[in-house]
Amino acid sequence: MKEFELFFGPNHPGMHGNFSVHLRVDGDTVVKAKPVPGFLHRGFEKLMERRLWIQNLALIPRICVPEPDINEMVYAMAVEKIAGIEVPEKAHWIRTLILELGRIAAHLFSIGGIGGATGLYTFPYWATADRDSVLDIFEHISGARIYHMYIIIGGVRKDLPEGIDSLIRETMDYLESRIPEYIDLVMKNRIIQTRLRGKLVLTREMCEEMCITGVGLRATGVDYDIRKYDPYAAYEWVDFDIPVGEDGDAFTRGYLKLLEIQQSIRIIRQVLDKMPKKGPVNVKLPGNALKWRIPPGEAYAHVESSRGEYGYYVVSTGETTPYRVHVRGASYPQGLYGIEKYLPGTRIEDVPLWLGTMDVCPPEIDR
Amino acid sequence: MNKRLELPKKSFWSPASALKYLVKKPVTIRVPKTYREASPRYRGFHVNDWDKCVGCGTCAEVCPTDAIHMVEFEEIPTEPGKRNWRPAIDYGRCSFCALCVDVCTTGSLQMTREYIHISRDPNTFFFVPNEKGIHSVEYPVGYERDEDSDLLDLDRVEMPVIEPQERVTSFIEMVRGYSKEQAIAEASRCVECELCRSACPAQMHIPQYIHQIWKDNLDEGLRYLYKTNPLPEVCGRVCTHKCETACSIGHRGEPVAIRWLKRYIADSVPLERYHEILDAKPVKPAGKSVGVIGSGPAGLSAAYYLVLMGYDVTIYEAKSRPGGVMRYGIPRYRLPDDVLDKDIAFIESLGVRFVMNTKVGVDITLSELKQRHDAIVLAVGFTKGRSTKVPGSDHPMVLQALPLLEKIRDYLRGDAPKPAVTDDVVVIGGGNVAMDIARSVARLQKQEYGKVSVKVACLESEKEMPADKEEIEEALEEGVEIHPTWGPRQFLVENGELKGVELKRCIRVFDEKGKFNPIYNENERKTLTASMVIEAIGQAPDYSLLPDEICQKLDFVGARLLTDEYGQTSIPWLFAAGDIVHGPDIIHAIEDGHRAAKGVDTFLTGGNANE
Ligand SMILES: Cc1cc2nc3c(=O)[nH]c(=O)nc-3n(C[C@H](O)[C@H](O)[C@H](O)COP(=O)(O)OP(=O)(O)OC[C@H]3O[C@@H](n4cnc5c(N)ncnc54)[C@H](O)[C@@H]3O)c2cc1C
Ligand code: SF4
Ligand code: SF4
Ligand code: SF4
Repeated sequence: MKEFELFFGPNHPGMHGNFSVHLRVDGDTVVKAKPVPGFLHRGFEKLMERRLWIQNLALIPRICVPEPDINEMVYAMAVEKIAGIEVPEKAHWIRTLILELGRIAAHLFSIGGIGGATGLYTFPYWATADRDSVLDIFEHISGARIYHMYIIIGGVRKDLPEGIDSLIRETMDYLESRIPEYIDLVMKNRIIQTRLRGKLVLTREMCEEMCITGVGLRATGVDYDIRKYDPYAAYEWVDFDIPVGEDGDAFTRGYLKLLEIQQSIRIIRQVLDKMPKKGPVNVKLPGNALKWRIPPGEAYAHVESSRGEYGYYVVSTGETTPYRVHVRGASYPQGLYGIEKYLPGTRIEDVPLWLGTMDVCPPEIDR
Repeated sequence: MNKRLELPKKSFWSPASALKYLVKKPVTIRVPKTYREASPRYRGFHVNDWDKCVGCGTCAEVCPTDAIHMVEFEEIPTEPGKRNWRPAIDYGRCSFCALCVDVCTTGSLQMTREYIHISRDPNTFFFVPNEKGIHSVEYPVGYERDEDSDLLDLDRVEMPVIEPQERVTSFIEMVRGYSKEQAIAEASRCVECELCRSACPAQMHIPQYIHQIWKDNLDEGLRYLYKTNPLPEVCGRVCTHKCETACSIGHRGEPVAIRWLKRYIADSVPLERYHEILDAKPVKPAGKSVGVIGSGPAGLSAAYYLVLMGYDVTIYEAKSRPGGVMRYGIPRYRLPDDVLDKDIAFIESLGVRFVMNTKVGVDITLSELKQRHDAIVLAVGFTKGRSTKVPGSDHPMVLQALPLLEKIRDYLRGDAPKPAVTDDVVVIGGGNVAMDIARSVARLQKQEYGKVSVKVACLESEKEMPADKEEIEEALEEGVEIHPTWGPRQFLVENGELKGVELKRCIRVFDEKGKFNPIYNENERKTLTASMVIEAIGQAPDYSLLPDEICQKLDFVGARLLTDEYGQTSIPWLFAAGDIVHGPDIIHAIEDGHRAAKGVDTFLTGGNANE
């Protein structure tokens, strides 16, 4: 049989953003797969070197649309490490709240995407609408729905607004009530069972080989989660479990995300209960923001993003701009090596599921 | 533990559960029929209060997307500290980060909750926000700056000073100066908007030298200072610092300590390095000579710039030491001799000749000078005191501030004996000179009698007093009493002995036009005891050095000489600068001297300085 070449993306409903995978197929079977980044390239890392420490706040969240806050967080954490800045307690709690809200929003978006790739369209509609309820909270806290620009060097930009507590609690109650519905509609659904169970299996060895973290790794039975292994923000002060699976397949990865949403809800409720009502939310660097200088030094900071280990390596030479920032994208391994190595042998319809359940995020590759 | 994720059992009825969604409230809304109100912190389109905005451009400076351009509006009036620029925003670039709002120096810029703009015309996305907003429809305010999000540093780095109890016992310099760390921290508060420059009579390169402090490049900083000011040690201490009133940071916080930063540069660079750093040497010998009368700031400044232009410059000074009021008026606790010496030594090292103890009009005539020099710069200052002329003012214990200040400084230098002050003194006047003499007398009293008894009476109310607020505060801290809104009616003399001052209530100092025109309530009176009274109500010029035939050719405006912009009087070879032309302070005198130097140069090279 004759082989065909297929361009999957950059414009394809199953594609995650501006990215392309060039496939050679024999019938339905993928024979060769080549990731093709470069459609998005804005040179984030280079741009950061030209911008003041404060100005980067407008740039970094753009490295991840579904979960922008992790960028703000690792940037702030790395700089705080270099400069030896102690963040006030309240800011730790607020940061935790923001990061967990971000995780819920990102997970909803991501698992909703599975519906798009499988023809189960009720799912993305539900997930997107439910994600919007989280964006409402972000809008109240930060003044924007997507690019929050809220976690800053030294803490957070503003204190939480009055009355936000009840909005968050109501939303959490609502989202919690939705999880059984998602399970009924999606996870138990015949299509999902057929298309995801036992498909696109990542073994523990494969994860180790490629440095895959997040649900990908946890779906193979490893309970690695940076929130527990190298706690930051307020994670040490709250109780939560790390859901793990063992099949390593696309289904387990999707299901774990739903279970993680439950844990995030649990964390958020604890944050609201335990967070100090008063106290500063940031420490200021001396001088005005146009003249902020970070002492010379370098640091790596990482967090558990919805897609796994996410980190920035920041180098400062004592100037008003970073000397170098390197972004460790969580989906970089599976989005680049994983595609090339492990897609061959799967079927065409599995390709969007690879991208979807592993959250291949183009800006993490094209940075 | 079995980690295989199992699902809950599927119920037989689960397909029927879908029916409940038929009655659920939809989460979507109908646009545009339904308008969705944005949250109270929403980062929507900008509004800018044009009356508050000063055109500093800091918003444009911080904008990470280069979305802001400053646009000039000719209809907006300008004044020192206020530009007629307003920010224009390109919504094709704006990322709605609100950094501009958080940094705005006046707080004029805010965001609203308006978020929809649809147009086929790309130009409509370029917009100059005013109070009305992008569509002239009122929307509630959205994102605003608060204390947490503020991107300015509003608090000045505190200047170390000697505490009142300690400083009043001696004439030791009260302000200690910034350390390197303190100076850099203070410099990092400046947003480099340049608004202060227009308020400085000499248009000093303020943001430039502050920037150099921040970069710890003091050599370059010193070069910036000397572009417009050859007396940085002096000005770094006692300048009237009008620039700070104009500083944009002052709208919401304490203005940048521009004066102390200038002092930091001058204090930090040793005199030995000045020549190497400034590379100041005459361009080429001009072959002409200029005589300068008076070695106050105006004369010194003129001499400095003239010598650099290649002229042969000689300063004639009546006193035994150069510096004018800086040497003989301003008290030592504000301006010690050694720093003044440093500024003057550099000027002298460039080749300026000083002829001391030579009073023009007495020791040498003006026409003799004219024969020696091709041009003359007159910078004789206001050296005579003014009297209240009320009954009793001719009593020997009624003194003038200026001569007494001079005696005190001479005594402190070891040039003269300690001047006698009594233990109960009244000072008449509410300006800085009154504060200077009151605080100087307080120090002498403390040394002599162990306690302070100085009472200052002035016509103005506390708010109207022309003295600097700091001066008044510091005087009060040192034990000086202030009696505002009282004018002298008479000085009480009994048996030839001064007993006190009778005061009458002043109910208004300035008339509707803002002119000095005091009105008194003669019936409301009070008496202050005093065994010594010092009048400090202003100074006057002494033109006795000018022969009649010259005086007749000159034009006067009140006590001041009329010159052109470059200090040239109606006698072409005679230039004038400083208090006799403008006043009222050192930095004006310096600028005057600089201009007069340019005027002389133009005159001697046959050109026209106004061109
Ligand atoms: C007590 C006091 C405190 C002040 N404090 C401040 C302050 O803190 N900050 C500030 O900016 N300004 C201050 N001023 C004002 C400031 O000192 C003057 O505006 C400034 O000194 C004017 O400079 P000038 O060169 O015109 O005159 P002056 O400084 O008065 O110098 C004139 C010089 O000419 C000499 N002279 C006069 N006649 C003759 C002659 N016939 N022959 C030869 N020489 C002659 C005098 O001896 C004198 O040395 C103060 C003034 C006074 C009186
Ligand atoms: S909101 Fe941000 S991007 Fe927009 S004009 Fe202001 S500073 Fe620039
Ligand atoms: S920062 Fe504020 S005051 Fe300055 S130009 Fe911008 S809007 Fe006007
Ligand atoms: S000193 Fe003040 S007015 Fe001058 S440039 Fe700095 S911030 Fe602007």
